[in-house]
Parts: sequence; C-alpha cells; structure tokens
Amino acid sequence: MNLHEYQAKELLARYGIPVPPGRVAYTADEAKAIASEYGDTVVIKAQVHTGGRGKAGGVKLAKTPEEAREKASQILGLNIRGFVTKKVLVGKAVDIAKEYYAGLILDRVTQRVVLMLSKEGGVDIEEVAAERPQAILKYPINPATGLRPFEARELVKQAGLEGNLGKLAGVLVQLYQAYVGVDASTAEINPLVVTAQGEVVAADAKIVLDDNALYRHPDLSRLREAEAEHPLEVEASNYGFAYVKLEGSVGIIGNGAGLVMYTLDLVNRSGGKPANFLDIGGGAKADVVYNAIKVVCKDPDVKGIFINIFGGITRADEVAKGVIQAMNDGILTKPVAMRVAGTAEEEAKKLLEGKPVYMYPSSIEAAKAIVEMVNGGGR
Amino acid sequence: MSILVDQNTRVLVQGITGREGLFHTEQMLKAGTKVVAGVTPGKGGQTVQGIPVYDTVKEAAAQHGVDASIIFVPAAGAADAALEAAHAGIPLVVLITEGIPTMDMVKAVAEIKALDKVRLIGGNCPGLITPAACKIGIMPASVFKRGRVGLISRSGTVTYETAKALSDAGLGISTCVGIGGDPIIGSTFKDLLPLFNADPETEAVVICGEIGGSDEEDAAAYVKAHMKKPVVGFIGGRSAPKGKKMGHAGAIISGNVGTPESKLAAFAEAGVPVADTIDQIVELVRAKLQAS
Repeated sequence: MNLHEYQAKELLARYGIPVPPGRVAYTADEAKAIASEYGDTVVIKAQVHTGGRGKAGGVKLAKTPEEAREKASQILGLNIRGFVTKKVLVGKAVDIAKEYYAGLILDRVTQRVVLMLSKEGGVDIEEVAAERPQAILKYPINPATGLRPFEARELVKQAGLEGNLGKLAGVLVQLYQAYVGVDASTAEINPLVVTAQGEVVAADAKIVLDDNALYRHPDLSRLREAEAEHPLEVEASNYGFAYVKLEGSVGIIGNGAGLVMYTLDLVNRSGGKPANFLDIGGGAKADVVYNAIKVVCKDPDVKGIFINIFGGITRADEVAKGVIQAMNDGILTKPVAMRVAGTAEEEAKKLLEGKPVYMYPSSIEAAKAIVEMVNGGGR
Repeated sequence: MSILVDQNTRVLVQGITGREGLFHTEQMLKAGTKVVAGVTPGKGGQTVQGIPVYDTVKEAAAQHGVDASIIFVPAAGAADAALEAAHAGIPLVVLITEGIPTMDMVKAVAEIKALDKVRLIGGNCPGLITPAACKIGIMPASVFKRGRVGLISRSGTVTYETAKALSDAGLGISTCVGIGGDPIIGSTFKDLLPLFNADPETEAVVICGEIGGSDEEDAAAYVKAHMKKPVVGFIGGRSAPKGKKMGHAGAIISGNVGTPESKLAAFAEAGVPVADTIDQIVELVRAKLQAS
C-alpha cells in the first residue's frame, strides 16, 4: 500500500527524523491560511499516488499567502498520470545546502533490507541507478542486529556525504527503525537535505507498506484510499480476491496466480487483450466463483469471459455451480469460454451440459475461441 | 532415487488441528506419506486421524524420529513455526502458508540459513512431492506419475498442469518442488538445481519461473556453469504490465528488474529453451532427452 508524502513524513517524524513543518490543504483558501501562519516561503505539493509530480506541474513555490492560494488552486484538480489531485501539502521551504538520497528497499538476492545512499539526491534515483550505478552505495542490513550507529557513520563517510556526521547517521538508523516498525517494503528520503544552517531534514519522503503485515498496523491500514484504486479492485478486495484491472476486453477468471498469469499470456498470444487478472484462490466454493463473475461482469470493457480452472483443492464442479448460479440470476450476460481440468472435471462437465457456455478441452483452444468471439464482435 | 524425500521420510504437521492442516494431513496420508506426528500449541495429547498431537515441535521430535515438517500455521505465526522446527533440528521445513509479513521472512530466512543444517522450502508454496513415495504439500497427487523429470516452480496450479502434462506424456516426475511466489523464500531455483544434478533418477529438469526478481537469471547462470542434464524453462506473466502485482507478491516488475526479456535472454545465454505454452514444455523436454 502506497502512502502519501505527508503521511510518510508523519511516520518518519514519529521515529525522530526531522521533517519541515507542513500541513495538508483541501482548498486554495486553506493553503493560504497555512502559508500566512508560517509567514514564510512555502512549497505546495500535490498529494497523489504517483511519481513525476514536479514535471507535471504538481509542485510549486509560493512567497506570499496570496501566491500560495493561487498556486494551490492551480494544483488542486490537476490530473497527474490519471490521478486527480484532491489535496496539497503546504510545507515550509527549506534552505538547501546539499541534497542527498537515502532509501531502504527489500533486496531479493541478498534476502535482506538494503540501504541505498547517494550524494546525488533530489533527482530520479532510478535514472542515477541506470546511468551511474557507482554513484549509489548499497549496504545489506543484518536483520538480527539492525542498522547500528557505527555502521551508519561508516556508510555516510564512504558515500562521501558532507555535513553533521552524527545527524546524518542518526537519520539512517531512524529510517531503518521506521522501516521495520511500520513494516514497510520501501522507505525513501529524497532529497535528504542538509540546510544552510547545518540541519538535516527529510524534504520529501516515500513509504510503501507491506500488504501482508497491514493486519498488525490497524492505524495505517485506515489510510488506504479507495479512490486511489480502481473501484472494481476495491470491490474485489472486499470479496478477498486478487484482482487487477487491465486495459483489454477479455475478462479472465482462474485459480492460482500462476495459472491466471499464464491465461493472460495465452489471450495475448491469441491476439486478444485481457481486461483483468482475477485469482479465485485455492479451494474456492460456488459463491466465490459467483462473486468473481459479478465483479468481472461489472467492468464495461469486458466483451467476453475466459474461465480457466485446474482443479486441485478447488473442485471444478463447485466452479460450474457458481457459473450456473450467475447465469440463472442474470448476472452472467457475456459469452463465456471455459476450460476445466483436474478434480471433479467430469462432474463439472455434466453440470454444464446444455448450458450456454463454450467448453474447450485445452487452455490454448479456449483462449483462441474467446479472442475470436470478442474481436469478431461477439456472438 | 529422488531429491529431499523418499518413501521412508517421516513427516510432522505443524498446525495439524486447523482446517487446512486437517484436510491436507488426510490427503497426504492417502498419498502414502508417513505422517508420524502433529503439533498445535495447547492441543498436546489429542489425536487427529490416529496421529498424536504435541504442544511443541521439540516434544514431537523427541518421541518420533522426524525428517521433515510441513507448516499450515496462519500467517501471523508462520515464520515463528518455521524457526521452531529449525531449532528443533528438523532438516527439511516446508512452509505452505501464504501472506506472511515480509520482514518476518527476512529474519527467519537469515536465522535458518545461519544454522546451516536446515533446508526451508517456501513460504507461500505448494510443497514438494516424489510421486508414489512421499508428498509433503497440497498438490493433487493423482496428476503426478513417477518418472524422469525434475520440476521446480514458483507457482501452484502451473506446477500441477505441467506435472500432469509430463505424466500424461509418459515422461513422469522424479521430484517436484514448488518454491513459492513470495519475494523472500527459503530455497530458490539455484539452491535446488545441484540436488537434481546429482540425482540419478532425474534425466532432465523443468524450471517454471515467472516475472519478478532475478531467480531465473541466477538459475540460468548455474545451468550454464554446472548443469550436466538438459533443462527446459517456462516463464509465466510475460504479458503483465510493469509495477502491478500479479497475485503473487513476488510477481512484480519494478524498474528494469524482473522483466520477461531479461529472463528470456538469460535462459537463451545458458542454452535453455523456453516453452511458450505448457504443452510445449513436454515437446521441448522430449526433444532434449532424445538429443542427449
């Protein structure tokens, strides 16, 4: 789960990392009020769940409260990569002497959390990584000990960061404590600023939370914003499916993430475009399949549905029952190509006999057929 | 022969009294697995399907010689259960549970690797099976026939489909290991390839990978340098968009890491043919076996 910059900064502040004073405004007048309270130059930043805010005009400086009102009204409502800006962070501008980068990510190769540190902050770190990988220092942290102050001091020196050594190292130690404390999967400070007065502050921050660990952070899971996701993704997640909205017109339902991914690939190979990824999971009963069909059929882009089931723990006849129920209730209104194999395959086929469902013996044939139906304008 | 398990492997079930634990204990017994004991904290002294239940892994291991443990404990306690098994000295720990907090796995995997005598498979995996000998997992045993091909996979259902296709084609499976779809797992492809390389029953190996991470690239490097047997690859999620998590927490393309292009290039470099479809896996294995 992605957090907004202001939420990330609040969390970092809880762990002792200095952040510039700032508050969220939902209207231009609120932005003006905050700016006049600070009585100083402010930065107004769009709070949207996407990158590239600066380039899209979502970050502006304002020297007076009136200017803050103006700039905020330009940013509020701005569409940044498909996300409409509904709130802005109005923060005191910092007097930048140096801009660095500090980030923690999960590294699958070392199977550890890796600290990345660079003198080249304030820019897109992925570009730095691609062009000058040597400009980023990487340090896998031992999970048994965490990041200790002496390690952090050595790393600050090694990366060539200039400024108060104790303060810089302290931020790194606190960043790791925050990462573990909130169960993040990414925690970045970019830029990590050394001010003209010698203070070290997190001028921007990004935190992504580990979805698997949200259950132990009820205060953080409340920060999830339904509007930041596709409404069908929210509905599917309430039903407990893994669902991802995609661009195409073939609705996909399958069991097991691997099989569903493979099904998307087959539809693509057959010249079609999947409308979604939907995994009903292991051991699904008829009602789960029914709800899956409900979600997929609500998507106006869907012209036909491919249901691909390999029965293991999931029984194919349960899937068939869900399909039939959805037909009887008038929910399933689009053409369906289906392929079932494995546990209770014969029972499923018997149940579906005479029903308006196109059955195919293999995934490949079913994929070709549904793509033909959808591309040919349906049947 | 086979890898990791055979008909004599004595298995412990952690979380045996839960819904999943009960169901799969029954299924494993049906598949011929020697399930000798179970553990559920607080339920020691009970019996399930005639199998004695203990409060701790240590007690169970002291009463029965235990070679392997399978874990059905819910996500919040799953990493702890794996550590309990590892510290009780059980050499093979199979972690089925999905949705385990990532940091729990980072800590548990580091601690278990430091013990240097325990092999962890998973989490979020279907387990492993040597057909007609021992199943420590949740796969439908009926689609697995004993044979010549070793199978390693990150997914569940794709594994079953591939196993069924290889079995129906008369090639069969020596041992199949589902390593799991999470970013941090106990054993990767490259950890298991040496075992198949040394197993006389295994004549070829199939690696069913998917997008995300770089385990396939590491596996390809191992194949190129050390593998004496033919290897065939498969990559799921080749049409997935960047930055979207496709069901498995590990199946996400971030930046330039985890792309299908990178994995295809690595396999090509190692001389590993990659199947576009599951049916094609069978054809490629057959061609490789005939050529060798």
